[in-house]
Amino acid sequence: MNHISQFVWLIPVLPLIGFLANGLGRNYLSKSVAGFMGSGVVLGSFVLSLLVFMQVQSGVTMNLHYFNFIQINEGITIGFDYKIDQLSALFLLIITGIGFLIHLYSTAYMHEESGKDFAKYFAYLNLFVFSMLLLVMGANYIILFIGWEGVGLCSYLLIGYWYKNNHYTDAAKKAFIMNRIGDLGFLLAVFWLIAKIGTIQYDEVFNAANLSRLSAFDISGITLLLFVGATGKSAQIPLYTWLPDAMAGPTPVSALIHAATMVTAGIYMIARSNALFSLAHHTQTIIAVVGLATALLAASIAIKQNDIKKILAYSTVSQLGFMFLALGTGNYVAAVFHVLTHAFFKALMFLGSGSVIHAMGGEQDIRKMGGLHKHMKVTSITFLIGCIAISGIPGFSGFFSKDEILAGAFSHHIALYGVALFTALLTAFYMFRLYILAFTGSFRGTQDQAHHLHESPAAMTIPLTILAILSIVGGYVGVPEALGGHHALATYLSPVVPSAEHALSHQTEYALMGLSTVLVIGAIAFAWFRFKGNQAEGPATGFGKILENKWYVDELYEKIIVQPLKKTASFLQSILENKVIDGFVNGVGKAVNYGSRQLRWLQSGQVGAYILLMVIGMLVLFIIQLFL
Amino acid sequence: MGTYITFPELFILLPLLGGIIAFFVSSGPAAKRMALFVSVLVWAIFVVALFYTDRTKYIAYNNVNYLWLKYLGSNYYVGLDAMGRMLVGLTATAFPLIFIATAKNNVSHPKSFYGLMLLSQAGLMGVFCAFDALTFYFFWELALIPVYFLCSKWGGEKRIQATFKFFVYTFVGSLLMLIGIIYVYLHTEPRTIEGGITAVHSFTVGSFYNVALTAMEQKWLFVLFFVAFAIKMPIFPFHTWQPDAYDQSPTPVTMIMSGIMVKMGLFGVVRWLIPVLPLATKQFASIAIILSIIGIVYASCLAMVQDNIKRLVAYSSIAHIGLMCASIFALNPTSVQGAMIQMFTHGINIIGLWIVVELIERQTGIKNISALGGLAQKAPTLTILLVIVAFANIALPLTNAFPGEFMMLSGLYEVKTWYAIAAGLGVILSAVYTLNMIQKVFYGHTNDLTQTVKDIAWNEKLALIIIVAFVFVLGIYPQLMIELTKESVAYLLTTMR
Amino acid sequence: MDIQAYIALSLTLFTIGVVGVLTRRNAIIIFMCVELMLNAVNLLLVAFSKMHALSPTAKALPTYASDAQIFVFFIMVVAAAEVSVGLAIIVMMYRNIHSVDVNFLNRLKN
Repeated sequence: MNHISQFVWLIPVLPLIGFLANGLGRNYLSKSVAGFMGSGVVLGSFVLSLLVFMQVQSGVTMNLHYFNFIQINEGITIGFDYKIDQLSALFLLIITGIGFLIHLYSTAYMHEESGKDFAKYFAYLNLFVFSMLLLVMGANYIILFIGWEGVGLCSYLLIGYWYKNNHYTDAAKKAFIMNRIGDLGFLLAVFWLIAKIGTIQYDEVFNAANLSRLSAFDISGITLLLFVGATGKSAQIPLYTWLPDAMAGPTPVSALIHAATMVTAGIYMIARSNALFSLAHHTQTIIAVVGLATALLAASIAIKQNDIKKILAYSTVSQLGFMFLALGTGNYVAAVFHVLTHAFFKALMFLGSGSVIHAMGGEQDIRKMGGLHKHMKVTSITFLIGCIAISGIPGFSGFFSKDEILAGAFSHHIALYGVALFTALLTAFYMFRLYILAFTGSFRGTQDQAHHLHESPAAMTIPLTILAILSIVGGYVGVPEALGGHHALATYLSPVVPSAEHALSHQTEYALMGLSTVLVIGAIAFAWFRFKGNQAEGPATGFGKILENKWYVDELYEKIIVQPLKKTASFLQSILENKVIDGFVNGVGKAVNYGSRQLRWLQSGQVGAYILLMVIGMLVLFIIQLFL
Repeated sequence: MGTYITFPELFILLPLLGGIIAFFVSSGPAAKRMALFVSVLVWAIFVVALFYTDRTKYIAYNNVNYLWLKYLGSNYYVGLDAMGRMLVGLTATAFPLIFIATAKNNVSHPKSFYGLMLLSQAGLMGVFCAFDALTFYFFWELALIPVYFLCSKWGGEKRIQATFKFFVYTFVGSLLMLIGIIYVYLHTEPRTIEGGITAVHSFTVGSFYNVALTAMEQKWLFVLFFVAFAIKMPIFPFHTWQPDAYDQSPTPVTMIMSGIMVKMGLFGVVRWLIPVLPLATKQFASIAIILSIIGIVYASCLAMVQDNIKRLVAYSSIAHIGLMCASIFALNPTSVQGAMIQMFTHGINIIGLWIVVELIERQTGIKNISALGGLAQKAPTLTILLVIVAFANIALPLTNAFPGEFMMLSGLYEVKTWYAIAAGLGVILSAVYTLNMIQKVFYGHTNDLTQTVKDIAWNEKLALIIIVAFVFVLGIYPQLMIELTKESVAYLLTTMR
Repeated sequence: MDIQAYIALSLTLFTIGVVGVLTRRNAIIIFMCVELMLNAVNLLLVAFSKMHALSPTAKALPTYASDAQIFVFFIMVVAAAEVSVGLAIIVMMYRNIHSVDVNFLNRLKN
């Protein structure tokens, strides 16, 4: 028993304490105390995670059992267990590290809120970190699910943070419900596992003996259902529409939850279950295709959006699609790698956009920005670094992870590669469209806003700077062999996540890298010439309009799911419930009533009639007595 | 005959005597205080009783068996088994909560109100303790009748209509059950009772469990019993009395009905239906499950279109009860265990919801979701507590409803895949209507009606905080309840083998 | 005389009584018909009593022959009481509604 394992339980409990303290004390705590405590507990978790990470890096993994969560006689036993291995330790670092930076950033960003709301915000944020930590630390699918739904709850609470606005609470509701649809799929997969092998402990599910008890159909079904769960949480087709709407929340929330951590939960879960998914080839194909389709769809929408956060949201959906493409091609390490780098540069860009919105006094439309570079140097430069990283310019983190995904797709099927490359070009294009429109040229906002433009305080720029540095260097943990590296990440993860076997020669890899680099630079140049004059685009027509309206997917869902459901429910209420069932019940009552009213005529009050009936009755009795 | 008084007797007699005395105390506030005192006392005794569970040592504290109608072979036989203990616990916990939460309400004729409330508690306790079919039937009706008076006297505008429907409906069910009980009784073995008297037949649970009935007889009896319990729970399509009754009853009574009385039906199925009629249960289980599952989806759909907040909660309750009923009939350890613990948690959670609903209705005078809004600004504490209870109601993990729901769905899945899928749809829909309700009532801007709403008073806060404590403690460590009830689960399943 | 003849006579009287009760509306006549039925029964009782007195069983049981006749006395006493009460009711009825027609006595209906 090594000493660090005795403190592992503190990693999620610290944010929980922060949540309780901020939540219960929200009326009494000053803003600085609330902010300090909220960030401090996450920093504490980060330090512990770092210690754990170092321990794990030296090859020690931990399985910790605390108590039996559910134990049924003649049934399943589910422990409240943590599993700390290479994969979860890495995620611990991402969550607490980026989590801390975003907490720090929030102390400045949310400073205009009232003290009560400020503490509430930090309480929710701490609760989120707690849930997310549970999600990655759990040693079985139920602990994962607790965190899984917990982050959904926090996402709901934080999207609807400004609860007076009905559009925001609508978005929150949508996010939660769409997540729940995915969660049902996830739960069904868990039930399937329980029914077939009677356990959901990772170590037991993934051992060869138990896997061999599952038929091919079982494995396909379970993995497919798990993937349904992942589409909800990680915003893939068909359940992705909540994520762009989720931008209603405060910007740091978008950075933490809807870019860096929560939405990668699906990738974590599939990477964690790689033993299952590797056996399910059909599911893998589906995942790759769905991931790629999502990536393309979201990237195409992002081209035509004008809300700075919406662009980043669709970009996130698109990048998540890339990660699923990696998962589907069996390239789990690449997916995790991209989670890591994406967490850096996307959190950076969200925080950068927050800084912009802060400076613009709440304005989010990039058509009304422009020339911000002059006023906010740090934000602008860090944002540019983010854009370069996501576009995949060599030397920046995004290049390495994205390239690995593309190479994996290429070795799988050339069509996958083609579409993925095209999507990568779109990514570079819309990102630089955003950058050029917002930061270069001349300012297009109101006088008032122009007057107000300023660089954000240090609490906001420091996280930006740190993340910018990470966006540059983050990729060097996974330098491929072709470039003379030895892919430290793959080596590190190898006990949990097997590396994909690259059949590609170094020459092919060089060619692919060269091709994508050249094309990406071309796309950036195209964006530069297209938008450098800042000429506003006219109203979109034709295909552009479809893109601007997000392929009308929301409207489609409204038409084919929401409306029919509402109609059915109203039909059930007005016809089946009120007329048929209740009608029948009341009908029985009415029939009895009617029947007795008819029988009442027998009670005429005529003495003679009564006597006659009596005599007849007696005669009948006599006859019965005599003859029967 | 025991030489000392036993726990089940205390649970029944204290509220009974308290209720009768409450009619004659000097003033209304005194009656209110007495009701609170008696219910808290019962709860304290229940807590003590939790430590006397060892069957080998403490059977004398937990069982009492008097002859009362000796020539009929009926005993006043009450006791506590694992499941009974849990439901007694629910009753003992719920009543103090109800009294605390409504401590500031002023009812007309408080003496009879609180007297009847305590009488219904005595009836409910009796139902959960009875080990004799006639005793069971006696308490079944004793629980119903005070509630009838409570609804018809203190209810809303259409109370007479709603109460009449409720009463006639459940009473029809009760009579069907009585016929069934008598039929089974007439087929029980003779047995010798104390004093050399031989009764021809017997009402005790033991002789009911050993009765020899043909498959055909069991079928008919199953229908009789099942309809009675299905009306009480209620499950589709016997449920139409419930929204009306919940809507029109005074809220404390609604809490009793939705928190505890509906569990009588589930309890009846577990104690008096499945072990007595195992053959018919095997045959009809799938029909019962299908009806329940239709009920889940159906009630969830209806809950989505309700504008009246009380009816919304009522339909939500129908959906939850449907899930429990389906899982009991799934008859595997996982699902039955899940249903067992859910009986308790659902009772606690729904009382929490009603406390909030009552508060809203009392302050604004309306129960239409669409006319409300912005309460979160006016009543933040209330909002937080409600959100917790509401999320417990939709079974978020780490709240008390999650382990139960997880086990129930898992057990249903083992029976048939699509059972779990259909029941799972209810889970999604429950999120839809619950979040809708939260959004419409609490979020957004205030309007004229909600402008004057005040935050929660100390008594309601206390009650809700206790409920929230239950939500989290049992959500994080559900094993507490599983340990309490696993004996009954195992027993029920052995009767089916 | 043969017992059949008594039975026939009393049946006839009883039937006349029944028919009278059923068909007439005048309370007094109904009343008389009721008396007629009572007396038909009385007649039958006396006839059977006489018949039994001749049977051998009567030697062994001393009251065997007289039981029925005591019944008759009882019936006559009760009938007399009934007549007084019944006639009183009819008189009150006549005072109130100036009629003795029973069809007016349907107030119980509502």
